[in-house]
Amino acid sequence: MPALEDYKGRKPAWCPGCGNFMILKAFNEAMVELGLNPHEFVIVSGIGQAGKFPHYTRCHTFNGLHGRTLPVATGIKLVNHRLKVFAVAGDGDCYGEGGNHLIHAIRRNIDVKLFVHDNQIYGLTKGQASPTTMKGVVTKTQPFGVFSEQFNPLAMAIALNCSFVARAFAGDIEHLKSVIKEAVNHKGFALVDILQPCVSFNKINTFEWYRQRVYKLEKDYDPSDRTRAFEKALEWGERIPIGVIYKAERLTFEEQIPVIREKSLVEQNVQFNVKKLIEKFL
Amino acid sequence: MDYTIKIGGEAGQGIQTVGDILSHIFARAGYHVFTHQDYESRIRGGHNFYQIRISDKPVTASRSKVDIIVALDKESITEHEKELSPQGHVLYDSTFLKEKYDKPHFLDVPLFELAQTHGGSKIMANTVAVGAVIGMLGMNPEIMYETLRKTFKKKGEEVIDANLKSSKAGYEYARKQCLTCSFMVSGFASPKLLITGNEAIGFGAIASGLKFYSAYPMTPSTGIFNFVAENARDFGIVVEQAEDEIAAVNMAIGASFAGVRAMTGTSGGGFALMVEGISLAGMTETPLVIALAQRPGPATGLPTRTEQADLLFALYAGHGEFPKVIFAPGSPEQAVYLTNKAFDLAEKYQITAIILTDQYLADSQWSYEGFDLSKLKYNDYRLRGDKFRRLNYYARHSFTETGVSPLLVPGDSVHLVVTDSDEHDEEGHIIEDAETRIKMVEKRLFRKMPLIKREIEPPILYGESSPQIVLLCWGSMYGIVKEVVDKLSEKYKIAMLHFSELYPMPEDMGWLEILKNAKLCINIEQNATGQFARLLKMETGFSIEKHINRFDGRAFTVDELKEKVYACIGRL
Repeated sequence: MPALEDYKGRKPAWCPGCGNFMILKAFNEAMVELGLNPHEFVIVSGIGQAGKFPHYTRCHTFNGLHGRTLPVATGIKLVNHRLKVFAVAGDGDCYGEGGNHLIHAIRRNIDVKLFVHDNQIYGLTKGQASPTTMKGVVTKTQPFGVFSEQFNPLAMAIALNCSFVARAFAGDIEHLKSVIKEAVNHKGFALVDILQPCVSFNKINTFEWYRQRVYKLEKDYDPSDRTRAFEKALEWGERIPIGVIYKAERLTFEEQIPVIREKSLVEQNVQFNVKKLIEKFL
Repeated sequence: MDYTIKIGGEAGQGIQTVGDILSHIFARAGYHVFTHQDYESRIRGGHNFYQIRISDKPVTASRSKVDIIVALDKESITEHEKELSPQGHVLYDSTFLKEKYDKPHFLDVPLFELAQTHGGSKIMANTVAVGAVIGMLGMNPEIMYETLRKTFKKKGEEVIDANLKSSKAGYEYARKQCLTCSFMVSGFASPKLLITGNEAIGFGAIASGLKFYSAYPMTPSTGIFNFVAENARDFGIVVEQAEDEIAAVNMAIGASFAGVRAMTGTSGGGFALMVEGISLAGMTETPLVIALAQRPGPATGLPTRTEQADLLFALYAGHGEFPKVIFAPGSPEQAVYLTNKAFDLAEKYQITAIILTDQYLADSQWSYEGFDLSKLKYNDYRLRGDKFRRLNYYARHSFTETGVSPLLVPGDSVHLVVTDSDEHDEEGHIIEDAETRIKMVEKRLFRKMPLIKREIEPPILYGESSPQIVLLCWGSMYGIVKEVVDKLSEKYKIAMLHFSELYPMPEDMGWLEILKNAKLCINIEQNATGQFARLLKMETGFSIEKHINRFDGRAFTVDELKEKVYACIGRL
C-alpha cells in the first residue's frame, strides 16, 4: 500500500498561499486512499502553474505543451489502457489553447481524468484574462474589461454528454479529495473543474469570495438527471454549486476498439508476417 | 514494347476505376507498369486523367506521347489529341460525347449501349472500356477476366458475371472494329506487384512494427492513412482520426511515450500545425515518424498536385535546436526501406524522422518483381520486462556516452518515466540552471548527431561512374531523371546523383568529388528556388550553377525533362 511519503515530489515553485498546494495535498491523499502506487498512473500536463503539478508529486509524467495535454493523454491511454491516465491543466491551457481537444476528448469518452486548476486568470504570464474570467474584468491586456462571455466548462461538457462532470473548490480539501476519488473510480472521461484562487493576480475571485458562495450539492441530488445538471451548471454568482454535477454511463472509447479488446497495445507482440500483406499488391 | 494509355474524363466518371483495373491487368500479365494521376480538387466534374505506361522493360516515369486515349469527356480529346503517337488511337463513345469524329485513328465504341445489353447496367460502361483497351492492344483477355474476378470478388457472382460479360463485349467490339490498331504486346511473364508511394510508406510502416497511427485527412497523404486503417485489424494497430493535426502529432507522441512505434502523416498545411509537436518530440526525446506528402503551397496551394517545396520547411520545422532526420524516397521500393529506416533511427536515437514524399510519388503506381523483406530491420530499442524491473535507479534522461538514454515503458516497472517540454534534469524534472542546460543540449544534439550521420547512406550514382555531366535530384524525381540518363548516355558521359537520405548529410562525403570533377552539374527540382541546392551549399559549400525547376504542380515526363537537360548542355 502506498503511503503519503511515497508522493513527496520536488519542492513546488508556486506562490505562497496558492490554491495549487491544496489541490496537491488533496490529490496525494486521494492516491493513498485509493491505494494507487506512483508507477500505476501517469499524469500528463501542459504549461502554466498547473502544468508543473506532476513534478511536485510522484508519478510517470509527461509535461508537454500548452493546451496539448489531452491528445497526449489520449495517445497514452490507447497504447496502455491498464495504466491510469490523468491530465492536469489550467483554465487557459485547457479551455483556451486546448478547447478543441477538450471537446473531442469528451466526445470520445476516453478514460482520462482531467483536473483543471481554474483560477480564472493567466497566472504564469502575469495576469491576463482567461476564458473563465468574468465579463467586465479589467486587466493589462483587457483595459476596457473583458467583452467575451465567461466560458462555462460544465455546461459545455454536459451538452456534449460528458460522462463525468464535477466542480470542486481548492479551499475545501476534504470535499475536493472525495471528488478526485470519485472521478478516478469513474469509467470514462471525467472533467473536474477546480476553483483555485490565484493569490497574485486574481483580486476578485479570492478564497474569501468563493467561501461566501460555494455550496455542496444536496445529499439527494441526482447527477444522472441531465436537465437538472444543466441548471446546476448554469448557477454562477451569489451561489456556486460544487460536487458531481453530471454522470452518465457510456462506453469508453478504448472499449470499442477491437484491436485492444483482449490486450493493450503495449502488451501485444509486433506481427511481422507481412508476406500476406505484400500479396495484396499482386 | 512501350505503350502509354491515358484515361481522361471528369471526376466521378470512374477514371480511377478504369485506370486501376487496367494497370492491375498489365502487372498481372507481367509487364512493367508505371502510372501517374492528374486530378483537380473537386469531387465531381473538371478534367482529370490517369496515365499508364506499360513496357517489357522496367519503366519509372511517364512519357509525353500517348498510344491510346480513353476519352470519357470532350476535353480528353481537345487537350490530349496532340499527344497521340503516330500509331495512337482515341477510344470514345459518340453517343455519350454527343460528337462524332470521322478520323481513322478514332474508335467509336458504344460503351453505354454495350454495358446495358451485356452487363445489364450502364454502370458497366467502364468495364466495357477496359475490355476495349485490352482488345485494341490485342492482348489475350484471360488475365483481364482473372483480374476482374479478383477485383469484384467481394461483390458476389452476379456482379462478377456482369463485369466479365461487359469486358468481353468491349474486347470483341474493339477486336472487330479497330482495323487500324497495330499494337504488338509481349507475351505474359510472371505477375508483378503494383504499389503506390503511399501504399509503400504504409507497408513499410507496418513491416516496421507500427502500432499507432493518428492523422487528420489531407491530400495527398490520406492514402497512407487509408492503407494503415485497412490493415489495422490484421496487424494490431490503433488508428485514430484526430480532431486536427496538432492533436494527431501529440497523440502519436503520447503513444510513443507509452511504449509503441507511432506515426502520423500529413501534407504541408497540416505539417505547419504539427511543428510545435516536433519540438516537443525533440525536447522530450520521444521517437516519432512523420510522413509529409508535399503538394504545392503556400497555404492551400494546388491541393491535388505535386511539388517538392517543403524540404527546407521540414529541415527547419520546430523551434530550437535538436536533431532530426529527413528522408525522401524516390520510388515505392525506396519508400518501403526508408520508412523502415525512419522507424529504426527514430527509436534508436529517440528523434523525429520525416519521410518527405509528394503527390506525384504518393499516387503513382510502380511494378516490382517483389521486395527483399530480409532487408527490413527491427530492433526494439525500448527496455522492457523483468530485467529492468530490478534496476536500482532509473532516470529517463540520464547522461550517456552516446547521448541516448535508456527508454523504459511507463507502467512496465516501478521506475518512473518522467519527461518535460521544459528543459529538465536527468530524471526529467524541470530545471533552470545553465549548467544542466548545456549538458542536455550536448547530450541531445552534439552527442547524437555524429552517430546519426554515420547511419546515413551516400546518394545513389546512376549511369557513368566518372561523369562529365551530373544531374542532381532528390525524392520523387528519381524515376524521371533515371530515364533521362538512360536516353542521354549514348551521347554523353552522364550520370544521376539521387539523394533520398537528405538530412543529415552522411559522414562519408566521398561523392562530393563526383560533383567537383564534373564539367556540368544540373540541379533538377520540382520547386521554384532549388531548395536542395541550397541545403547542399549550406552543408558542403558546393554551389550549383545550372538549375531546372518546375513549379506548375505537374511532374515532368521523361521527354520534357530530356529537352530541358539538352538545353542546359547546349549552353555548355
